[in-house]
Amino acid sequence: MSGSMEFLLWTKGPMFNIAITIFAIGLLVRIAEIVMLGRKKNFAEARAGEWLPGLRTMLTRTVADPGTFQRAPFNVVVGWIWHIGFLIVLLLFLPHIALIESLTGLSWPALPNPIISLVTAVTLVALLATLVHRMTHPVKRRISTVEDYIVWAVVFAVVLTGWLAYYRLVHPYPLILGMHILAAEIMLILLPFTKLTHIFTAFIARWYNGAAFGRKGVQS
Amino acid sequence: MSELTLAQDRTTPQRDATPSELTLERGLAAFRAEVDGPVAAFFSSCVHCGICAQACPFYLETGDPKYTPILKLEPLRRVWENDFTLWGKIKGKLGLQQQVTDEMLTEWEELLYDSCSMCGRCSMVCPVGNDLALMIRKSREGMVQAGHAPEGLIAASVRAIKTGSPMGLQWKTLQVQIEHVQTSSGLRVPVDQEGVEYLVLLSSMEIINFPEYLEAITKIFDHAGVTWTLSTQCFEATNAGIQIGNKDIAAQLVERVVAAAQTLKVPKVISPECGHAFTAIRWEGPNLIGRPYPFRVFHIIEVLDELRASGRIKTEGMETDRLSMHDPCNLARKSGVIDQQRNLMNLVAENFVELKEHGKFQWCCGAGGGVSSNERAEPLKMAAFKRKKAQIEEVNPERMVTMCATCRTQLEEGLEEFNMEIPVVGLTEMIAEHLVEKN
Repeated sequence: MSGSMEFLLWTKGPMFNIAITIFAIGLLVRIAEIVMLGRKKNFAEARAGEWLPGLRTMLTRTVADPGTFQRAPFNVVVGWIWHIGFLIVLLLFLPHIALIESLTGLSWPALPNPIISLVTAVTLVALLATLVHRMTHPVKRRISTVEDYIVWAVVFAVVLTGWLAYYRLVHPYPLILGMHILAAEIMLILLPFTKLTHIFTAFIARWYNGAAFGRKGVQS
Repeated sequence: MSELTLAQDRTTPQRDATPSELTLERGLAAFRAEVDGPVAAFFSSCVHCGICAQACPFYLETGDPKYTPILKLEPLRRVWENDFTLWGKIKGKLGLQQQVTDEMLTEWEELLYDSCSMCGRCSMVCPVGNDLALMIRKSREGMVQAGHAPEGLIAASVRAIKTGSPMGLQWKTLQVQIEHVQTSSGLRVPVDQEGVEYLVLLSSMEIINFPEYLEAITKIFDHAGVTWTLSTQCFEATNAGIQIGNKDIAAQLVERVVAAAQTLKVPKVISPECGHAFTAIRWEGPNLIGRPYPFRVFHIIEVLDELRASGRIKTEGMETDRLSMHDPCNLARKSGVIDQQRNLMNLVAENFVELKEHGKFQWCCGAGGGVSSNERAEPLKMAAFKRKKAQIEEVNPERMVTMCATCRTQLEEGLEEFNMEIPVVGLTEMIAEHLVEKN
């Protein structure tokens, strides 16, 4: 018991600081790399401005166009389900809000635990579905890399350990809670160096896309 | 050549680099020169979801996952990761980088040229917002410098630089067409007229396959009282340099248009019924030459719609058969000309039905982006056409209307290949057929 408690304290203390530091510096470097590369001056006469279409695309790309939805409904729906599930559990579970409050002073109401538990279960199933899809769909198989599977495993581990900790299915409790926190820290550390970066850069990418098309008079 | 010299300077004197290593190094330098903020944001964001494949006619109609758009960009992605990210540099120190090799580029030549028309549909559907078509265009710059461009496109580029036309067409051929038009229309085709409103450019394919276009604009401009001219200095609007991916060639071709427009002191230049010629001269041109134009550029369809809106085109009679329309990618999705062709259709067609996915979400005919100039890509080009064919079958029109000579040729060839008797007409000539006769 004392060993698992020490482990939990380590994940909450020194390891947390290490993870946050690597995440923050790594992400800053990554975004600086993008912003500093910049774009060349565009001499072609614009049809419209860039900012508004860019901002619009930042939002609209969240929803697939009808044709794409028809052609890849599984991909779109399962992707949606697990992203939303993950965000709900991350942002609306009471202990998570307490952590955010301790770090930033900001807080908001939580969802009741049974709902969080249900959403977590759905998220786990959807994540398993994405793995099966990745391993079986010809396109996904062809373009998948080791990184895709590592990132999947880390994200799945974060959700699974959280669920196990909530139901106290692993004893002693500090061990599974510590594993959940560690999994989340590994995710933070990997974030700036893997495709997890898209959590932040996808909005930059969408803006560039919307701006380039918008300039030519097309809302992308 | 400057890249080559730089590469030589960097080479350690332990052993002599072979010519092919120098070519590869020059290619990699060209790839590096294309990496900018958007490219870095795009590659940082890809989650390998594979949705781009669902927007690609080359993947959908062959079912081969190697044609997944993001996979076509792997050489550029590696260059970005290795040379433009901290993580890539750390990997380099550990010897874990994935290098771009000459063998890899040999394999990717088919993916970057034969199986991509740069139609930009994938750029419209990527959930993280990657502009994949832009990155294909950029990758081709690297491919040319690395010596991996298709023969067909090299030949077209050489002809364009030497003769002014990618098909090797000379002014005397156009002169013959002009005389035909003048005889049949009784109107004069203005040549080298200074100070008129528009300089009209043509595409070689149009001059050879669709001479009715020149007659149509001659009639329409006479009808509307528009002053215009052709230029013996430069009549070609297309840009083989952009299709192959070579900025030097592309810039040289753009400079010829600029010079002709300046000689004739025209305020406006018209790009013909051709898709890529328009994106080339309208959007890429000023950036290729590094300065804004002293004139404005329009697609013929934009000009016609403006004449319609201002009441300068008077038409009579309507087409009564069931017509549908193919939007050229370069015109609609990539240039925002979407409503204009519909306004014009409604002016002269009473039974116009849209293809299901149209406008900015239309499907490519399969021939653009240099695919049609690349002979060995013929089977892929026809495979990609099947997507368009299915769209056409869905609405079952009696004729198809379009406004790009390359699309039109592909539609005609494709429909014939599949024994579908659906004639294809150009929108400009259809408008010309309905002009109210002058008294």
